[in-house]
Amino acid sequence: MSQTEAVVSIRQVRVEFGAVKALDGVDFAIGRGEAVGLVGHNGAGKSTIVNVINGGLSPHQGEILYEGRTGSGIATARAHGVRCVFQELSLCPNLTVVENTRLMHSGLSGLGWRRRAAKLIRDSLDTIFPGHGIDCFAVVGSLSIAERQMVEIAINFLGVSEPPKLVILDEPTSSLDAGLAEQLMAHVRRFVAGGGSVLLISHILGEILSTSSRIVVMKDGRVVTSRPAAEFSVRSLVEAMGSVVKETTRAVRATALTAEKVIDLPAVKGAGIPFYARKGEIVGLAGLGGHGQTTTLLHLFAESSSRWLPSTDKQMAFVAGDRALNGTFPLWSILRNLSIGNLAAFARRASIDRDREAAHGEDWKAKMGIRTPDMNNPILSLSGGNQQKVLFARALAGEARIVLMDDPMRGVDIGTKQEVYATLRREAEQGRTFIWYSTEIDEVRLCDRVYVFRDGIIVAELEGDAITEDNILATSFSGEAA
Amino acid sequence: MRKTISGFLPILIPALSLVVLLAAVFYMQPRAMSYTGLNLLFNLAVPIALATIAQMIIMAVNDLDLSMGTFVSFAACVTAVYMPQQPLVACMILLAAIGVYAVLGIIITLRDLPSIVVTLGMSFVWGGLAVLILPAPGGQAPVWLRALMIAKPPFVPMAIVASVVIAFLAHLIIMRSTFGVLVRGLGGNSRSVARAGWSVLALKGAAYALAAAFAVLAGMALVGLTTSADANIALRYTLLSIAGVILGGGEFVGGRVSPIGAVIGALTLTLAGSFLSFLRISPDWQIGAQGAILIIVLALRLVINRSSQQEKAS
Repeated sequence: MSQTEAVVSIRQVRVEFGAVKALDGVDFAIGRGEAVGLVGHNGAGKSTIVNVINGGLSPHQGEILYEGRTGSGIATARAHGVRCVFQELSLCPNLTVVENTRLMHSGLSGLGWRRRAAKLIRDSLDTIFPGHGIDCFAVVGSLSIAERQMVEIAINFLGVSEPPKLVILDEPTSSLDAGLAEQLMAHVRRFVAGGGSVLLISHILGEILSTSSRIVVMKDGRVVTSRPAAEFSVRSLVEAMGSVVKETTRAVRATALTAEKVIDLPAVKGAGIPFYARKGEIVGLAGLGGHGQTTTLLHLFAESSSRWLPSTDKQMAFVAGDRALNGTFPLWSILRNLSIGNLAAFARRASIDRDREAAHGEDWKAKMGIRTPDMNNPILSLSGGNQQKVLFARALAGEARIVLMDDPMRGVDIGTKQEVYATLRREAEQGRTFIWYSTEIDEVRLCDRVYVFRDGIIVAELEGDAITEDNILATSFSGEAA
Repeated sequence: MRKTISGFLPILIPALSLVVLLAAVFYMQPRAMSYTGLNLLFNLAVPIALATIAQMIIMAVNDLDLSMGTFVSFAACVTAVYMPQQPLVACMILLAAIGVYAVLGIIITLRDLPSIVVTLGMSFVWGGLAVLILPAPGGQAPVWLRALMIAKPPFVPMAIVASVVIAFLAHLIIMRSTFGVLVRGLGGNSRSVARAGWSVLALKGAAYALAAAFAVLAGMALVGLTTSADANIALRYTLLSIAGVILGGGEFVGGRVSPIGAVIGALTLTLAGSFLSFLRISPDWQIGAQGAILIIVLALRLVINRSSQQEKAS
């Protein structure tokens, strides 16, 4: 395919977030009348590539060509007919369906725009989702999640002054039921047959296989395979997503299978697999991001703590993944960030004993290997990995016997990770239980037992040597339409 | 059909509270039920309604303007001092002030500053400028402005006509025009507005400028009514305008505003003052009683919202 007939092509694009390479020299092109399926595991760079194509993110290196011409920015992308349906809903909930249509299409102006917009959106909804029953003058906030998703899809498929050329669908069926998903896929095929292009991202491989003409597999910020869809099966697609180099060194540990269960939950919504954790076990939560892992952790934590009163005996500690949002106190020193989790231990008559607090700080500084000359330095003077160590120390310093971890190693360098893994191991042997949500296969492989999540429920339980990348990938992507 | 009813619900409660309050006033003072009576009751509502619309536009983009009162005072001082003799100078100053508002909107967006802090700071600037222009109470209203404000149209008093015109105009701009859609969209989900290719910066600046224009009109209307100005003439307007927006069915965040509701809210607030005077409540207690009325109306709204939400869920 030559570059001139491509609707969008990107060349040697690099995007870095801190130490993490989100895109590492990616070449990618979508031609006219092509439906490209994009698959890959967490952090493979799918969302980043979408944001580069729709102009929301400028790459640090490389160039983007829209219909053969270089350009950047959201306005340029839209001018070349690039539309994007985002994974998280991005309509304005306070506006009506018609007003949201207007917001997305600047071509709708002048007198009588309401009438024209209403006709356009109604036609578009009728074409894609026949029998939808959505009132176009209703406020979006009053619609159900599925209806909002349908409206957003319909808005992006309609053309005011010029028809859309490339529609990016990022997990478009995540909130649609099977019938609606089938209607959408049928429309995608019609749209592509009519010369349009679609970039489809989905965790339902059946959808990808049946709808796309070409499938691109991404891994670690690189495109690893790009072949016609006919050459793939569910099995070979899962294999293509797996790592090229297989690591087999897995710390084998005799799991305390007889230890008492400290958590025991029935299956969610009566579906899937019940959840339990034994004393001294490291339990992994795997699967694609946002499929119910964090919700489960928050639910576990909420169950253990009182709703109204601060409890003195804390059974569980929580290590947050998003440090800046709900982990660190950015204006405080390292020591205070550490000691806040366990103030009662060195308080005397409601005032803090500074000497004991400092001794406690030095103790954990040595234990965790926090790299700082002085624990009184501000927390932000530390690197991300060392900040995370402080948060770990905060959780481990307390009495909590169960530690919940919400993907805490995001954006942490490999050396620090190894140190933290060793600490986790040591603590687990002393009888602490860890529930660990991780988006990285390598970390999941460190766990004693792993639950794989999909669509909010546990779909698989893997133990011991069964914890392999292939197994995790195969269970986190469903073969058929949900 | 049910959807259209629930669409009117936000307007229904403020309208109902206004009617109830009005009925109470008429019951206590039947003479108020006349052309002059109504004009007197609602006269001072016109500038408050304009200021409320201005505040509503700021609130539509998820911000809050704490300088509304001092800015209206400033506009009033400029009108009273320069408008009669040097109308050109007055217009230039007021236009420049609107420009400053646009710049404020842009700075707030660009630097991601809290609007409350910026406008609180600006309130001292506007207050200081007002004192510089008019150190002692005085000035005069331009003849045409005075004539406009005391005009006596047939059948319906000027205060009512003006309120309806303001409500209609604001409804047209904020609820019906495409610009209004974008402004409210900014409050609802600014990210999706940006993703649709709009300049959030320009929109925010335009929204602030529009709000300033309404605030300037509020200052001018106030001078037209009182025939003179004072640097502290409209200090109450900051909180009155916020209360008016909320009373009229608006919300602090999420771009949920209603221009017609805001005007009704402003009228209700003005009427509440007169109502309390008719009740012979001492002025010492009036502020507190006004607050009580506000709380009752808001509690009513909360209860109705909650029950309609439960209805939807079941």
